[in-house]
Amino acid sequence: MTTIDKTAEVPSARSGDDHVGPLLEVRDLHVEFHTRDGVAKAVNGVNYSVNAGETLAVLGESGSGKSVTAQAVMGILDMPPGRIPQGEIFFRGQDMLKMSYEERRSIRGQKIAMIFQDALSSLNPVLTVGYQLGEMFRVHQGLSKKEARAKAIGLMDQVKIPAAAARVSDYPHQFSGGMRQRIMIAMALALEPDLIIADEPTTALDVTVQAQVMDLLAELQREYNMGLILITHDLGVVADVADKIAVMYAGRIVETSPVHEIYKRPAHPYTKGLLESIPRLDQKGQELFAIKGLPPNLLNVPSGCAFNPRCVMAQDICRTDIPPLRPVTERDGTDLVGRGSACHFWKETIHG
Amino acid sequence: MADIDKEPVDATPNVTEVATVDAASEAEAVAAIDAPVSQGEPILQVRNLVKHFPLTQGVLFKKQVGAVKAVDGISFDLFAGETLGIVGESGCGKSTVAKLLMTLERATAGEVFYKGQDITRLSGRALKAVRRNIQMVFQDPYTSLNPRMTVGDIIGEPYEIHPEVAPKGERRRKVQDLLDVVGLNPEYINRYPHQFSGGQRQRIGIARGLALNPEIIICDEPVSALDVSVQAQVINLMGKLQDEFNLSYLFIAHDLSIVRHISDRVGVMYLGKMAEIGTDEQIYEHPTHPYTQALLSAVPVPDPEAREGRERIILSGDVPSPANPPSGCRFRTRCWKAEDKCATEMPLLAVPERFKGLDSPAAHESACHFAEEKDVVHAA
Repeated sequence: MTTIDKTAEVPSARSGDDHVGPLLEVRDLHVEFHTRDGVAKAVNGVNYSVNAGETLAVLGESGSGKSVTAQAVMGILDMPPGRIPQGEIFFRGQDMLKMSYEERRSIRGQKIAMIFQDALSSLNPVLTVGYQLGEMFRVHQGLSKKEARAKAIGLMDQVKIPAAAARVSDYPHQFSGGMRQRIMIAMALALEPDLIIADEPTTALDVTVQAQVMDLLAELQREYNMGLILITHDLGVVADVADKIAVMYAGRIVETSPVHEIYKRPAHPYTKGLLESIPRLDQKGQELFAIKGLPPNLLNVPSGCAFNPRCVMAQDICRTDIPPLRPVTERDGTDLVGRGSACHFWKETIHG
Repeated sequence: MADIDKEPVDATPNVTEVATVDAASEAEAVAAIDAPVSQGEPILQVRNLVKHFPLTQGVLFKKQVGAVKAVDGISFDLFAGETLGIVGESGCGKSTVAKLLMTLERATAGEVFYKGQDITRLSGRALKAVRRNIQMVFQDPYTSLNPRMTVGDIIGEPYEIHPEVAPKGERRRKVQDLLDVVGLNPEYINRYPHQFSGGQRQRIGIARGLALNPEIIICDEPVSALDVSVQAQVINLMGKLQDEFNLSYLFIAHDLSIVRHISDRVGVMYLGKMAEIGTDEQIYEHPTHPYTQALLSAVPVPDPEAREGRERIILSGDVPSPANPPSGCRFRTRCWKAEDKCATEMPLLAVPERFKGLDSPAAHESACHFAEEKDVVHAA
């Protein structure tokens, strides 16, 4: 399988190490969960890479394995029941899955940080936000309580929380949803990580606040030249911020592409169906195109291409052979940089 | 609550007169409620509806220290067979409106006329008849279905309360018909909710809403908990059912593109007030209220090229607390057009002076002193 090539010109890593290549590279990652009903194969061979300063959007419905992949990268997967039977996760060239617990712990938070979806349930309700923000400095850098508090105020300023000094001893419930998500972002930024994984960072927010938070995230990413993995199901959010997209379905990446191309010419029937099924503000139709059926049960993924029972183009080969992620080319065979599709009929899909 | 009296009562001067029905007896009231309404006639008329939730202090001697003004004087009409979309951010009162229309909450002030009768004053048999005709589909299909009841029991439960709709022997067949109507296999009648996916559960919720042959269905965020590929299926189903049963929908959502897709008219709410209301074309193509414009421009468009040409208005700050809303225009604290007048004078929901009498799509009701047309959906 191919990995996603970088498309945008990327500035060099800001820290002084001499590692060349992508910041994070996931190779042939598999994750399965052992449950009473059998083995649920949540991730089945995912490959992706992120460079410094680049935004990769991982798009998928619930159950597509997008969050599980991120949790495996972060090292916060519940094991058991989770298991990683094969695969490698390279961070600056080192395989994190072979590291000791202590080594991983030193990376988590300091080098790779995560922003969770639901800020209210990810913050501790009985501790002040200042205490929770300061914890990063106390634990990782050994600062005193007073110093950590001062740093926490600085962070809150940075994510544009008004009157930070006055609000540092407030509790999470005293903040609005957008402000809470800013605190989550501040917490992820605290130790200036190289990579941030944002798992549905704006799903719980209103559109006007969503725009504020996404802008803030993009601004901070530029400022620190961080890599960003944005996990989402919202095709609109992706269009606004991502450099490249990986579309996941039933634990596999079914399409990869630079952001602009995918909306114009999707190369996988699933992506195409998704794009056609969203009502658009600037075009009102009669009936929406709907992908028929339901996302597959991970305990019993269909044979061949996992999308075949819902696909309009499915033929016999789709029920028997798993399509690999192949590079996508123009009609005349010219390479389309960074594009790949795991469909037997990608040519028909993209070129009509 | 004294402060209600200070508010101008007639916040929306140009809504139509309500033809009220004075029922002398309960039987007459029920008869009026069961009378059919022809297509295009108003079926539900909301006038200056207010809901304040009291804020109290003290344990033993509770005293009221204020009120959360969840809904603060809104008026609109719902016509038979149409879909009225209500959009707004969380906390703007749109779900409270739904509860008030369902008479799940008692209004603090104002009237809701259903076929000319004020349902906030009804009780007994007449109220029961109204409740049969106004049904609701809830947001979260995971928590709105009782996990210990079978699908057949869930959909059939309305018949326990309104036995006149279906005699006992017929209920099972009726439930199976309903399952078929919403696109589920009628053999699933003995299954439990956990055996279904989110989209299927929402279909069960819709089937329950349809059970009593209602005239109005209030949908409170019916698809926001569903996956994108499944949302389209449910939206299409709702469109089909509307044609089939001549339903009127009040469609509450925060997703502007879905609201536009399904609605004939759209109302935009902000902090308990209606900011702008009009047909979908008037609101989406010719918005005149700054809040609507900001809301529309903040919607992420799944098309990077269309996005680049667009002007984006990013509002600063959060929605103020409804317990202590700003004076004058509620939106002025986040508005880029705000002037002194906005702080002192509350704008009325009316066709703005400058557009009055014009045959332009901009001539629709908008509660702004400085209403101005601005196309934010299309690329410049």
